[in-house]
Amino acid sequence: MTNSVGEIEDAAAMLVIGSNTTEAHPVLAYRMRMAKKKGAALIVADPRRIELAEEADVFLQLRPGTNEALLNGLINVIIAEELMDREFIAARTEGYEEMAAAVARYTPEYVAEITGVAAGDIRKAARLYAGAERAGIYYTMGITQHTSGTNTVLTIANLAMLTGNLGKPSSGVNPLRGQNNVQGACDMGALPVVYTAYQRVDVEENRNKFSRAWGVELNPQPGLTVTEMMEGALEGKVRFLYIMGENPALTDANLHHVEEALEKVEFLVVQDIFLTETAAKAHVVLPAAAFAEKGGTFTNTERRVQLFKQAVTPPGKAKADWQILQELARRVGFNWQYNGPADIFAEITTLTPSYAGISYERLEQEGGLQWPCPSPDHPGTPYLHGDKFTRGKGMFSVVEYTPAAEMTDGDYPLILTTGRNLYHYHSGSMTHRSKGIEAYRPEELAQVNVDDAARMGICDGDLVKLSSRRGELETRVEVTDVVPPGVVFMTFHFPAAPVNILTNDKLDPVAKIPELKVCAVKMEKVAS
Amino acid sequence: MVTLTINGRKIEVEAGTTILQAAEKLGVFIPTFCYDPRLSLVGACRMCVVEVEGARALVASCCTPVGEGMMVQTDTERVLTARRANLNLLLANHPLDCLTCEKAGNCRLQDYCYLYGIEKSEFGGEQKDYAPDDTNPFFVRDMNKCILCGLCVRTCHEINGAGAIEFIKRGFDSKVTPAFDDPMEHSPCVFCGMCTDVCPVGALTPRLGMGKGRSWELTKVKTICPYCGTGCGLELYVKDNTVVGVRGDADSPVNRGQTCVKGHFGLDFLNSPDRLTTPLIRKNGALVEATWDEALDLVASKLKEVKGTEIAGLASARVTSEDNYLFQKLLRMLGSNNVDHCARL
Repeated sequence: MTNSVGEIEDAAAMLVIGSNTTEAHPVLAYRMRMAKKKGAALIVADPRRIELAEEADVFLQLRPGTNEALLNGLINVIIAEELMDREFIAARTEGYEEMAAAVARYTPEYVAEITGVAAGDIRKAARLYAGAERAGIYYTMGITQHTSGTNTVLTIANLAMLTGNLGKPSSGVNPLRGQNNVQGACDMGALPVVYTAYQRVDVEENRNKFSRAWGVELNPQPGLTVTEMMEGALEGKVRFLYIMGENPALTDANLHHVEEALEKVEFLVVQDIFLTETAAKAHVVLPAAAFAEKGGTFTNTERRVQLFKQAVTPPGKAKADWQILQELARRVGFNWQYNGPADIFAEITTLTPSYAGISYERLEQEGGLQWPCPSPDHPGTPYLHGDKFTRGKGMFSVVEYTPAAEMTDGDYPLILTTGRNLYHYHSGSMTHRSKGIEAYRPEELAQVNVDDAARMGICDGDLVKLSSRRGELETRVEVTDVVPPGVVFMTFHFPAAPVNILTNDKLDPVAKIPELKVCAVKMEKVAS
Repeated sequence: MVTLTINGRKIEVEAGTTILQAAEKLGVFIPTFCYDPRLSLVGACRMCVVEVEGARALVASCCTPVGEGMMVQTDTERVLTARRANLNLLLANHPLDCLTCEKAGNCRLQDYCYLYGIEKSEFGGEQKDYAPDDTNPFFVRDMNKCILCGLCVRTCHEINGAGAIEFIKRGFDSKVTPAFDDPMEHSPCVFCGMCTDVCPVGALTPRLGMGKGRSWELTKVKTICPYCGTGCGLELYVKDNTVVGVRGDADSPVNRGQTCVKGHFGLDFLNSPDRLTTPLIRKNGALVEATWDEALDLVASKLKEVKGTEIAGLASARVTSEDNYLFQKLLRMLGSNNVDHCARL
């Protein structure tokens, strides 16, 4: 998030797009409701009539995979009606003219054809967003899990810059991150191209810095992403795969392909708290401590580094991940001598400019600190881009709408889109082992539109077979008007109905994110 | 600014401050049931009454703004008599099963009865006799113990927004319940558990800790929720090395005590019998138990057999930053930049 959680309730307008906030980030949804109560306008854009849609001033129920067109439509209206922040554009940005020329053809009428959203609603939403003193955009994977994901994020940035909604409280471009330390994992360089704080591995100066600190020569070639690793395993180029606390056998797109890769790789090590679907395929399984059984820091969606302490000891012989890694490092010849997470954090701060001013002492005394926090006397940064952008001036991007990689046809007439529900989390390895949650939500209920269900003679609770070009599965259904006709929704929480057997692993060319939000499927009723 | 006097001590506060807030600033204790600074003020429970010079009756300090020159007494005989009468009335139909009540030791009704010396009610009369509602898997509702403070109702409407519960009926028959007095799971309740956190008595009890320990036996440890990226602060309550209770951390700048169902009721996976407790090595196609030395020696020997670029690893969005840092450091020191995690999923 460019801005902070605490700022949400003071926004004057909120555009929630591709985020089912009440289920995926409930506490943030409470804040949105508070903002609404204080008078904020709420614009919700989603293919499903999600809970927030009921409370929205305007609800834009767009067709799956048409985000860029909708956002370009909003920009078109703002420019046509001269609602933009000319001062901000002049002082803080460049590339406006090119962008404005490119969106000229995205009139509300043209966008209505692509998205299925009424032109009048597009105008209304644009006026509400642009007319607000402070307007925040909040999004999640509904924006990014598309082959056009990167481009869509760029249009979101266009929209925020156009209206001067960056660099001030209660505004901004706010991806709501889905996992408790996904921000920290990225910050720590658990990515193929960068060391900590996004310092590229192919920049010599960075490499030298880490090389000196770690006492070894380092590889200048950027590495492989998850999807490329799986390809590498299939081709025999990746011979050793080490998976710590992840379950790609359920969470990645096109599962049959992933399964094949995990079976093909010469040596698979999985370190986890449960024998997950992935761990079951490993050559060696290492038992890890869960969050309450160790200490350390997590960095949340608003870049807040938070320290937490161990509450209980790990079960049996399980150990904290850092201990396992240190013992392994010593066995391959590295003389690591960390006494605990505090030692590791101290090393991190010497190599990570955005964390340089943070220490366990400060975290303990001051609560969390939001990066960038470059020096010990720096208070942390609640919102980014206050005076200038990272590159100086903010650059508008020209983005054209591109349809999803896989469209419906006669064989596969329905669009399948995926996401989360309130009760479960990711592959469900934790929530399925929580007694109350499992008792309350034991199985998948795919959402099927009332009209589609009626046409096919499908009732609430019926078993259906869903198939795509990549695989098939059986699931029970919930007949509902939350999804529009022609669209089916499933979560990826249930090993018994693993939706990623169906999903498309076609990637966004830049972010390498698979198009989990749109693929073509067919549905058949299974005789009970 | 407004200057007033509380129990003979002068204090200057901003206009609009309540008497209760001003008293808190002075460190003067006033008991409350229905007051929570995060919620709207209702002044319903009358426990916080104080005597204001010149006022016709005792005033509810939680929702009375301070006035210039106001003279307030918080512990006169008149005030104490009113509070005792109040407690007497509440106790008249409150079960006195404190010996086995999960809330014992952490119950405001118990605390105030102790404080004001109310052993049992002076009033006889009708008793409530509701069957405890244990139909949902997250918490048990015993409306016989409810004192109708309304904190849960306001939390549900004002913080969560679900609005699943309300008061029904009037007078002695008043009850907090979902529409049509249905069980919780047939209501819009999303089981965030915040009602169980604010309940001052034993009416709403999370199942996780039932029978697992008395409130004074539990150690509180603050943590950060392991689920979504919001980063909510939680308090874990631990007994005998087991987490038996979870509450939202009101001091967290992120969630200010607010929770959702996963954070509040979804952490018992920690105690699952499915937890991995020993290293496993695949032998003859099956995973069998091994020692740490056997497992790590095997992993290390395999690491030495392959080239750096043939190694790939997935770190995790669910482990600490310290763990992630060491993971990428190890792979990179071995010559591989093939490090990623499921940020894209």
